[in-house]
Amino acid sequence: MIEVNNLTRYYGEKPAISDVTFRVNKGEILGLLGPNAAGKTTTMRILTCFMPPTSGSAKVGGYDIFEQSMDIRRITGYLPENPPLYHEMSVNDYLGFVARLKGVSKKNLSREVDTVVQKTSIGDVRQRLIGKLSKGYKQRVGLAQSLLNNPQIVILDEPTVGLDPKQIIEIRELIKNLAGEHTVILSSHILPEIEQTCERVVIINDGKVVAEDRVDDLARRMRGGERQILKIEGSREAVEKAVHSVSGTSAVQIRAGSEQIWDVVVESESDLRRQLAKAVTAAELGLLELRSEQFTLEDVFLKLTMKEEN
Amino acid sequence: MSGALAIFEREFKSYFYSPVAYLIIAVFAALTGFFFYLYTNGFVEASLMADMQAQQYRMEPQKLNVNLMLIRPFFWNIAMISLFTLPTLTMRLYSEEKRQGTVELLYTAPVSPLQIILGKYTAGLAFYAILLLPTIFYQSLLFWFGNPELMPVVTGYLGLILIGSAFIAAGLWISTMTENQIIAALGGFALSLLLWIIGAGAASAGETLGAVLNYISIINHFEDFAQGVIDSSHVLYYVLFTLTGLYFSLKTIESVKWRA
Repeated sequence: MIEVNNLTRYYGEKPAISDVTFRVNKGEILGLLGPNAAGKTTTMRILTCFMPPTSGSAKVGGYDIFEQSMDIRRITGYLPENPPLYHEMSVNDYLGFVARLKGVSKKNLSREVDTVVQKTSIGDVRQRLIGKLSKGYKQRVGLAQSLLNNPQIVILDEPTVGLDPKQIIEIRELIKNLAGEHTVILSSHILPEIEQTCERVVIINDGKVVAEDRVDDLARRMRGGERQILKIEGSREAVEKAVHSVSGTSAVQIRAGSEQIWDVVVESESDLRRQLAKAVTAAELGLLELRSEQFTLEDVFLKLTMKEEN
Repeated sequence: MSGALAIFEREFKSYFYSPVAYLIIAVFAALTGFFFYLYTNGFVEASLMADMQAQQYRMEPQKLNVNLMLIRPFFWNIAMISLFTLPTLTMRLYSEEKRQGTVELLYTAPVSPLQIILGKYTAGLAFYAILLLPTIFYQSLLFWFGNPELMPVVTGYLGLILIGSAFIAAGLWISTMTENQIIAALGGFALSLLLWIIGAGAASAGETLGAVLNYISIINHFEDFAQGVIDSSHVLYYVLFTLTGLYFSLKTIESVKWRA
């Protein structure tokens, strides 16, 4: 649905993004993840034909961003980082105006506006002036605007910024419901958000794509092995003996916790939890805790972005 | 062109969302009304004088021409007040979109830069037409109490619309270049004023340059309209002026887009 090839964009001397390449399949939700000023907004602005890249090419819905920008705009809904709202207008007038800009016929106008108002649940503020709305409602009006005329592709730049936790959950649900029928690109610097809403993620740091994968595959790939964390009660020698009796460990760390309690970290190729448990109980030591550590997207993200800095 | 129509409607309505529009209408009506009062007063005094002289010398009273003495200078005055007023209408046309970040909506919606410019320009022109309404009321009083010629009034308004259109196109161009409304207003005013007074330098500028300056000067083409003459070369001047302003506006927003 969206093909991005070697996009580069310079602001003056400095590249905002360089050589960005990724793909988005039809009906998929793709997360664009990166710290602030990583180039997420620039990438999205290029895809929505707000501005052209310095070099590289991209196709959105089969249309070229240089040659067929009008066609792209017709099938794309876009919510910029700052929702583009006219503060002196009422929500209703505003949505009507945007619908007309997007070429919705007068006949279908009110039905179209009703649909997005319902989807984003802003029915109770329809007659209010946008300037008087809370940040959360403004964000939702911006989202409503991007869904007008039922676009095939929805591009959302940090859609949950400034919302309270309840609203964030609502918006996430809404975005999840868009999958299938719509193709969605969503940017965020908040990891749980991407983990919860997106199927695939593209991680951008300092203008470059550092990873592109399915969310769960990425975590597994980055893990590069298992890691078991134990809390064992007993004497140090006994603990050491018990842990080392297990074969297949690649690294063992033992640190003193509180009295007679040891924090042990075992790294290995495969999952050794059963063998470790057996060895510890066989040595008649107290096994207080045993868990395998989960790498979260957060670890992956930090690992990737730290690597870049080094 | 439905996009341009949507932008026109939004822009035109948005004038009335803020009290500034009503203030501008009030100030414009008051200033033109004041000049109308001065000219009418002058005309009535002159007529009284003429009547008294006629009685003294036992002659037919001299008929004074209301078109010449009142309507013509009044049109010139409306044009001048427009010069001061129109930058306040054009300053927000584009700067406001930049400031509020709504350009991102306009640029990513399926409307061309030309539609944006046309929608904005026509909205400004429509608001100018509203500004002129009170002056039509003033002049209708003359028809109520007197017997002026109608044609010069009609052509005078045509001239006002044309000169207003030129000012609006120039102001719109300035507005596309900045997100600061004060700069847009001052810039629009400075440009309009420069084009207005540029003819004053013509006398001392030598033959060729003088002729050029005289041609460029925006007010030189207005006189004929106030006298009831529609000269196609003057119409062409204002149309070209407007098209140039719109073309510059178009190129500015296209280039800003590419520079971003």
